[in-house]
Amino acid sequence: MASLLEVHDLSVAYGGVKAVTGASFYVAAGELVCLIGANGAGKSSLLKALTGMVHVSHGTTKFQGKAITHLASHDIVARGIALVPEGRGVFSRMTVEENLAMGAYTRQDQAEIAADLAQIFELFPRLFERRRQAAGTLSGGEQQMLAIGRALMSRPKLLLLDEPSMGLAPLMVQKIFETLRAVSKKGVTIFLVEQNAKLALEISHRGYVMESGKIILTDTSAALAINPEVRRAYLGE
Amino acid sequence: MDTFLQQLINGLVLGSVYALVALGYTMVYGILELINFAHGEVTMIGAMVALTVIGALVGAHVDLPGIVIVLAGVLAAIPACMLLGFTIERVAYRPLRNAPRLAPLITAIGVSILLQNLAMIIWGRQYISFPPILPRTTYHLGGATISVLQIFILVLSLVIMAALVALVQKTKLGRAMRATAQAPQVAGLMGVNINSIISLTFIIGSALAAVAGVMVSAYYGVAHYYMGFLLGLKAFTAAVLGGIGNLAGAMLGGLLLGVIESMGAGYIGDITGGFMGSNYQDVFAFFVLILVLVLRPSGLLGERVGERA
Repeated sequence: MASLLEVHDLSVAYGGVKAVTGASFYVAAGELVCLIGANGAGKSSLLKALTGMVHVSHGTTKFQGKAITHLASHDIVARGIALVPEGRGVFSRMTVEENLAMGAYTRQDQAEIAADLAQIFELFPRLFERRRQAAGTLSGGEQQMLAIGRALMSRPKLLLLDEPSMGLAPLMVQKIFETLRAVSKKGVTIFLVEQNAKLALEISHRGYVMESGKIILTDTSAALAINPEVRRAYLGE
Repeated sequence: MDTFLQQLINGLVLGSVYALVALGYTMVYGILELINFAHGEVTMIGAMVALTVIGALVGAHVDLPGIVIVLAGVLAAIPACMLLGFTIERVAYRPLRNAPRLAPLITAIGVSILLQNLAMIIWGRQYISFPPILPRTTYHLGGATISVLQIFILVLSLVIMAALVALVQKTKLGRAMRATAQAPQVAGLMGVNINSIISLTFIIGSALAAVAGVMVSAYYGVAHYYMGFLLGLKAFTAAVLGGIGNLAGAMLGGLLLGVIESMGAGYIGDITGGFMGSNYQDVFAFFVLILVLVLRPSGLLGERVGERA
């Protein structure tokens, strides 16, 4: 199967300190792949490198067979990659509707944008109720829904998520993960970065494990979930 | 009562010009958190370019109504200032985007001095007078008078401000500008080209400055290579008064500052028993600046200082 995203030997450094060292992985079309690892393992830096938010010091990133390694964020996004950033990153002084409209910034097809907006509201009725409210007034969980909805508004070929469970109540985390599973079933390819290894392995097809900036392990999620090493380090056994 | 009404009219006219210039400061600050101290000089260049064109047309004895000649000057000044604003950002500020904040601030002051000196070389040190080609009609309003030029300045400023608000609040482009101001990196993730938005912000601000520059020189009847300095400082004061980074704040601050200054100039003689005259007008703007900085540093409509979402 042809890979949608192919990352080869990627390194990221902040002023000499290496955050990611020689990471190689791929995500095939239609897959839901997760990357698990402890806080500070370099997961967020990896996502930022993929989306042009930090400089890639070494290695290559290919999307649909074409190099995107050193492109600016807006060029990468235009090719069909959307990121739900860490901490959600909603535009707090803009309304829910305006935030969603920003998600469709690169699109011109007004009729289909409206149809997608209706779908997002169907997926998250809470957002519909609060569509004229400033995003900053939403609860953490609602902001996460908004961030996911906003990313989907770009009709991404690949959806990247950075710690969507962070800071949310367990019930809300459940809801967010169910939504991700539903989005994946609709055919959107997902690469999920998550500290909550249990849930991430539950909903994903394959997984990668990151430690101190390096990818140390990869397997199907079912296999990772019973791997003794993973169980000890990330599943609290 | 007559003095009050007259000074109110004068203040609103002057204030609407301050507001146009203040918008340029506040838009750039909103996106880059940079105080573009060269912005006053952009206003001055606008006045100079317009006066050059107007002077040439008048000198050539072109048979056109005065208002058309002035309009030609404005239409020359706007693209000239847009190009200048774009160039300043591209050459002086963009390379310092990730530098400590003091670096672009000092650079801004440098650009300001550079432009003053360039203007002095090109247009000389002398005052350049605005040819008396505009209609001089005045209307009586209560006990006060208002000139056609004053009405024109006030109305045009308000129209431009309304257009700017509509652009920022109602259009896709405006939404991208607001998103960039709130969270530039996330705006990039939405597909917004941040650099284009920043360039555009400078271009729009400079166009407003061009119009303001022509207005000021027409109103006072003169232009001078140093005129941008004081005008820029006052517009900056207006932006701080309204809450820097806030569009409505810049408009409110501009109008308010114009009225305060004008009232101050109108009554200072009475208050001090003739000891101080209206030549102390400029004192009020900076008195206001000090008061705001001490009592309410975030300005009238500003909500955040130092920290951003």
